[in-house]
Amino acid sequence: MTETEFLLWVRGPALQIATIVFVLGIVARILQMVMLGRKANLAEARGSALAGGLRTMVTRSVPDKGTFQRSTFTIVSGYIFHIGLFVTIFLFAPHILLVDEVFGLSWPALPTPVVDATAVVTIITLLAVLIHRLKDPVMRFLSGFSDYLVWLVTFLPLLTGYIAFHRIGLSPTMLIALHILSVELLMVLFPFTKLMHTFSLFIARYYNGAIAGYKGVHS
Amino acid sequence: MQTELETAMLNVELGDELTYNVKPLLHEIRHALAKLLNDEGPTVIDLRSLPLAPGEEEKLLNTLGHGEVHASLNALGPTEVVETGYPGVWVVLHYNTDREVIGKFIEVCDIPDLLRSQQDDIREGLEQLQSGLA
Amino acid sequence: MSKDETLGEALRRQGVTRRGFLKFCAATASMMALPPSMVPVIAAALESARRPSVIWLSFQECTGCTESLTRSHSPTVEGLIFDSISLDYHHTLQAASGSAAEAARETAMEENHGKYILVVDGSIPTDNPGYSTIAGISNRDMLEEAAKGAAAIVSVGTCAAFGGIPAAKPNPTGAVSVSDLVHDKPIINVPGCPPIPVVITGVLAHYLTFGTIPELDDLKRPKAYYGKSIHDRCYRRPFYDKGLFAETFDDEGARKGWCLYKLGCKGPTTYNACATVKWNEGTSFPIESGHPCLGCSEPGFWDGGSFYSAISTPTEDIPKAAVYAVGAGAAAGVALGAMNRAKKQKSVDAHEKVTIDDLDKEK
Repeated sequence: MTETEFLLWVRGPALQIATIVFVLGIVARILQMVMLGRKANLAEARGSALAGGLRTMVTRSVPDKGTFQRSTFTIVSGYIFHIGLFVTIFLFAPHILLVDEVFGLSWPALPTPVVDATAVVTIITLLAVLIHRLKDPVMRFLSGFSDYLVWLVTFLPLLTGYIAFHRIGLSPTMLIALHILSVELLMVLFPFTKLMHTFSLFIARYYNGAIAGYKGVHS
Repeated sequence: MQTELETAMLNVELGDELTYNVKPLLHEIRHALAKLLNDEGPTVIDLRSLPLAPGEEEKLLNTLGHGEVHASLNALGPTEVVETGYPGVWVVLHYNTDREVIGKFIEVCDIPDLLRSQQDDIREGLEQLQSGLA
Repeated sequence: MSKDETLGEALRRQGVTRRGFLKFCAATASMMALPPSMVPVIAAALESARRPSVIWLSFQECTGCTESLTRSHSPTVEGLIFDSISLDYHHTLQAASGSAAEAARETAMEENHGKYILVVDGSIPTDNPGYSTIAGISNRDMLEEAAKGAAAIVSVGTCAAFGGIPAAKPNPTGAVSVSDLVHDKPIINVPGCPPIPVVITGVLAHYLTFGTIPELDDLKRPKAYYGKSIHDRCYRRPFYDKGLFAETFDDEGARKGWCLYKLGCKGPTTYNACATVKWNEGTSFPIESGHPCLGCSEPGFWDGGSFYSAISTPTEDIPKAAVYAVGAGAAAGVALGAMNRAKKQKSVDAHEKVTIDDLDKEK
């Protein structure tokens, strides 16, 4: 298999497989979660479950003072790499082009040098997060194989993307192919790992908020 | 001289540039001139080895302008040697016999070597003159 | 010009002055992508260089590479380079034909054994040898025989270098590149469809000047020409960095000369000198004329998907796959959910209330 053939496979059949696993997995898991349902709450409502749920989806994004003081590093680094991932994934011109090509949706990109700098910051932050996880005794105790796997498949697309953009080491054809492949790996593992938090996070927040809202209290 | 060149650089409209190679080239020429004045030898820049957008080469040559010398020679096709508005900065354009450009150089020197009569050619000429007189 | 004569002597005999020779050297340096400071070195080397024998073999090709070379040929510097080699066999260009031509090839191979340069254009069929023969000799046999006595092999054009169009899917003739068959000789790949003529002559000039082969990349291409991608040296690169792209061939972006990435430009993955050396005596190159780079100097360029879709875009119908996946996912999700509910219901049904009496019984 030549490099060009490899790139073609990655852009074609492999992407197709990854998309199917990704979409199928996510839809199935979300439905499965939602269908678990809850027991009907027979108590009289003291507030709006919907308003409470929606409010909590937003308010939980801001850490309270006590939590922030206790885990400053986790929260700050978490914010940095999540925003960094958003910027590098969704505001990089070639990525928007890809979405445009596939779904016909387009939005303005950030200047390439800004995205480049963001990628560096994100890569460094992810490395710091890993070191923190390994060094902190509690974190290490709580971490299993899948946690490190999730870290790796998040890190690889960033790293390969950065290397591909700067064309370090291998031919650009190979670098782009490896970058796409790393994203496909992420897509395939996504529905079956903690990466599902991308979706379940907001469902869970809504859930908590809705329970509190129904009771007429703040969550 | 250098201040004049620097003034000229201000007139280069950055907005029109694509590769941004015009200004660095002018700076390279400025450094080469300073080197020449300090007896650190001549510099030759191959214009065909640089990515230039359409119009950028014209912009560069217009900025350099025309000086007092404009020589043309005929050796394996025409060659034009033009001293620019900045003494010591020469533009050398080589053509083949079909007048297709085969080389574009900026030379920073007292005089491009090609303008001098060459030893081998002088010797050959002398031989011819001698045999003609014999 | 006799074979023992040096290039300097030969040019002098042809009435080329020293001045003309220096100009020739300056243009040669430019052609070899060497810095102008190398001109005196080149002059000294070329003066004492002896004309090498060149044997040019054409296999499964379209003669485009030879055309590229000869179009820029006659009275130019490239022409002089060609005058200073001894092109002993080139069945498209040479006057002799038939058995006389083949005899010339055999004589040259014998007389210059171990010293001649073998230039190849076109790919070699490995399926049925009858697909391409010259004077009844299969391409493969001719290549293998000629390669034995060669000092170096120059594969001119993408077909000779990587298989090119004959090797494109489904590759009916089993076409392969020179480097697929010859492993024991230095090979210089000069890909392109066709290659830039100056690059072909530049490689020959390099050999003529230094008697060595130029520095090569991992695809055996001379780094002087193929060291940088089209994208890296493209004057439209700033538009890519700013995210300004032509969407079609006649929109505002196309008129303003914006980046052609979205129109399928292969510049980012293509290594060649088009953006600096340019074509037609330095007039322009495809991107300057408003057309995306096809990537013709890269292996498998013909099979790399549409010329007009960007290199990173999918080649299969992804939305369709996604829609099917949503359907299948929904079905799977509902099934799993129903199973969960059934399980829950079962455990609810199986649940036995523990009463005080039960607890008492255990005593």
